[in-house]
Amino acid sequence: MKTRREFLLLACAAAASPAVHAQLTPNIVALRKAALEGAVRKVTGGAQLRPGRVKLDLPPLIENGNSVPLTVTVQSPMTAADHVKAIHASTEKNPQPNIISAWLGPRAGRASVTTRARIADTGTVTAIAQLSDGSFWSDRVDVVVTLSACLEDGPT
Amino acid sequence: MARVIVNVPASAKRGEVIEIRTLAGHDMETGFRRTQTGELVPRDIITKFTCTYNGEEIFRADLHPAIAANPLIAFTTIATESGTLEFHWTGDHGFAASQTAAITVV
Repeated sequence: MKTRREFLLLACAAAASPAVHAQLTPNIVALRKAALEGAVRKVTGGAQLRPGRVKLDLPPLIENGNSVPLTVTVQSPMTAADHVKAIHASTEKNPQPNIISAWLGPRAGRASVTTRARIADTGTVTAIAQLSDGSFWSDRVDVVVTLSACLEDGPT
Repeated sequence: MARVIVNVPASAKRGEVIEIRTLAGHDMETGFRRTQTGELVPRDIITKFTCTYNGEEIFRADLHPAIAANPLIAFTTIATESGTLEFHWTGDHGFAASQTAAITVV
């Protein structure tokens, strides 16, 4: 049986060793960030993303991440010549970044989509609007989640 | 057949922007949860939603696991003419649901 001192020494050595360290803490933050950037790139196709015109409305303090009301509205006249083609929403900390992609057109009258999302953790929620002239606009909201989605017990 | 609810005003003025709210009864199992024995619960979600107004598509959405259970989707449209709105939900494992709503435009 090991003494406590020996165990601590071993534990320190394990933590200091880079290989073991990498195994213990896979860089989930970087992976998720790359996934989010990938999702955004897939939507925009590399086009420039400008802040403004989009309003993402969701509570800044979320008690239960399993059902978060989320509304995206875009300032647009919604005419045949100038309208919102698509609205996308994504989160930073979920296992998959996408929440919803909605396609609308001049017949929508108003560019507004409401749904309820699952948000896994405190982080940034992004909404992107694609306009008929090919430009992309976005809005970001930082939210604090106290009870995370995806952590509840599975079915028994 | 899954239980779905749509909320469309029964009548509207021509050219008025009306709000349509839809709710579908579905667990939206994310595919990331595990059972108590550690097995992953397979993904089972609604993936697509479409709305047509007298046969013409006015709204379409792709849903992802990050949509809460019993997905609510609310959007707007211009009341152009009397007729029917059709709503279709499709998802994993052959899930399909549809609903219609009539609207009178005066």
